[in-house]
Amino acid sequence: MSHSSLDHYQHVVRDIATRHADLPGALLPVLHAIQDELGFVPPDAVPVIAEILSLSRAEVHGVVSFYHHFRTTQPGRSTLRVCRAESCQAMGGTALEQHIKQRLGIDYHATTPDGAVSLEPAYCLGNCACSPAVMVDQAVHGRVTPERFDALLKDMQENAV
Amino acid sequence: MTSVFVPRDSSAVSLGAERVADAIAQEAARRGSELRMVRNGSRGLYWLEPMVEVATDAARVAYGPVQPQDVPGLFDAGFLDGAPHPLRLGITEDLSYLKNQQRLTNARVGITDPVDMNDYLAHEGYRGLQNALTMQPSDIVKEVTDSGLRGRGGAAFPTGIKWNTVLNAQADAKYIVCNADEGDSGTFSDRMIMEGDPFVLIEGMTIAALAVGAGQGYIYLRVEYPNALTILNQAMDAAYQAGYLGKNICGSGKAFDLEVRVGAGAYVCGEETALLESLEGKRGMVRYKPPLPAIVGLFGQPTIVNNVISLASVPSILAQGGAWYRDFGMGRSRGTLPIQLAGNIKRPGLIERAFGITLREILYDYGGGSASGRPIRAVQVGGPLGAFLPESQFDTPLDYEAFAALGAVLGHGGVVAFDDTVDMARMARYAMEFCATESCGKCTPCRIGSTRGVEVLDRIIAAQDRARNLPLLRDLCDTMQAGSLCALGGMTPYPVLSALQHFPEDFGV
Repeated sequence: MSHSSLDHYQHVVRDIATRHADLPGALLPVLHAIQDELGFVPPDAVPVIAEILSLSRAEVHGVVSFYHHFRTTQPGRSTLRVCRAESCQAMGGTALEQHIKQRLGIDYHATTPDGAVSLEPAYCLGNCACSPAVMVDQAVHGRVTPERFDALLKDMQENAV
Repeated sequence: MTSVFVPRDSSAVSLGAERVADAIAQEAARRGSELRMVRNGSRGLYWLEPMVEVATDAARVAYGPVQPQDVPGLFDAGFLDGAPHPLRLGITEDLSYLKNQQRLTNARVGITDPVDMNDYLAHEGYRGLQNALTMQPSDIVKEVTDSGLRGRGGAAFPTGIKWNTVLNAQADAKYIVCNADEGDSGTFSDRMIMEGDPFVLIEGMTIAALAVGAGQGYIYLRVEYPNALTILNQAMDAAYQAGYLGKNICGSGKAFDLEVRVGAGAYVCGEETALLESLEGKRGMVRYKPPLPAIVGLFGQPTIVNNVISLASVPSILAQGGAWYRDFGMGRSRGTLPIQLAGNIKRPGLIERAFGITLREILYDYGGGSASGRPIRAVQVGGPLGAFLPESQFDTPLDYEAFAALGAVLGHGGVVAFDDTVDMARMARYAMEFCATESCGKCTPCRIGSTRGVEVLDRIIAAQDRARNLPLLRDLCDTMQAGSLCALGGMTPYPVLSALQHFPEDFGV
């Protein structure tokens, strides 16, 4: 990580935490805003947030590590969430899961070597009537077959921005 | 100008509704056809999504499932006049799946533009609030109590009693918290309300605020629902602009402010005390009860925590009276339940019916049997902590007490069907694994018991010393059920033990 990006992170974190400082129960909104901006919550952000919100570093770290959504490492260009819940299982979700892992060559909580896709499990996307479901960044896809997934993957791999 | 409806509901979008809407707009522009496009909620007939409706002089006519490549053909056939086409389904309201429902809470979902205040008002919106504004707080609470409404999130606690506790609590500040952390797998009715008729939730929360004297409300929304967040924020802006939220509600001098807070992917935050911790900016650790949140809730103040569907049921109760609502249902289960039918089923979707309908009617009359064409072997009702029911129990009426008598729960009304290829020992293992992943860690039976449960089930599945491991599994479930602090550890034994009881052959018994 270069010094300039580190400075940028520090600036973003300080700015977001300061703007939310007076909000009751500000920590989750602060962490969301940081992750929305940077893609993750850098470990270096913890002491900065703690200082501005008058919390201990342990409290901030505890919250970051408790919630599945928050990540402390840079994600891939796309984040793929695969639903593992019962309705999707009933509609071939387990086989789809295997297909996806095999196609990407990674397991959950990992990123493909080309940096295109981070793979995360999800426990229900609320798309149960259109099972099996996956979510690419903010977009849910329903009735996903291995073939439909391969088309989605192509889009993700071409998303080289 | 003809109105065309293309849902903006997440599930419809997950099947291509956005591309269909674009294709219709482009085709209309190309042909010089004038139309008004409304992005409505879903009617909940998900096997037909993306379902496009056209408002003809007589009625709304539905076409579906529509894909972008179908659009030129629909224009050629004259779908803007409701003309015949292979995808034409008929008059929407006459589709049997919809016609045989009792949509009280979901009355407007799929019909109105979810973020158009005028559309909401034109469809009897804010009638409940107008009544509430003329009533004493205790009379509002009494109306809700009289309706017999019980918490639709799963616990089925009488809503009026909860409200009455908050009403009688003395405090400087009180809060209304909406539990929109719809984490139960197999459920999506909260999402449908928030995406399809968010004003009804906002109205319900405002009525709750008037009833107990709260000035601030929070909707705790799960992070997996970004589309619902966008729509809720649009609807809240419209409600503020029209004076239905803010410092002076409808000129009454009463104030109520509302904010959406987003969760971060923790199932346990659907438990009300963990949710409050999370709203306070902490880890979602379950609190000991008592004190009840109604006495010591958010930021230590008296707080109503209600599920989306509970709150969204309130406006119709205040508009038409508690006695009217109470007339629906059976036994101590009054009113309607939005049932969410999913899994291996031919016609999945939302079915709002009065309590008392049987599982078999849901699965076969509405659902049309399995999607695979194979026999339905098991059904899980009530999310990941709900019991599995075998075919012999399909005639059970949907009623809180009837399900409790079977050692099952209705929960949030999710029904997930499995065909005969399901391995129930695997499903039991999954239930334990899920609990281990999502445990908040505060109590030992849940934190450690779930991990031990996965290990014991792995041994059973691998046929290792089953005679010793099966009693061990039962013993472990007994400990979790009796010793856990909340429903996560306390109810994980429901799917595990019901799978073992009804499908012992899958466990090698």
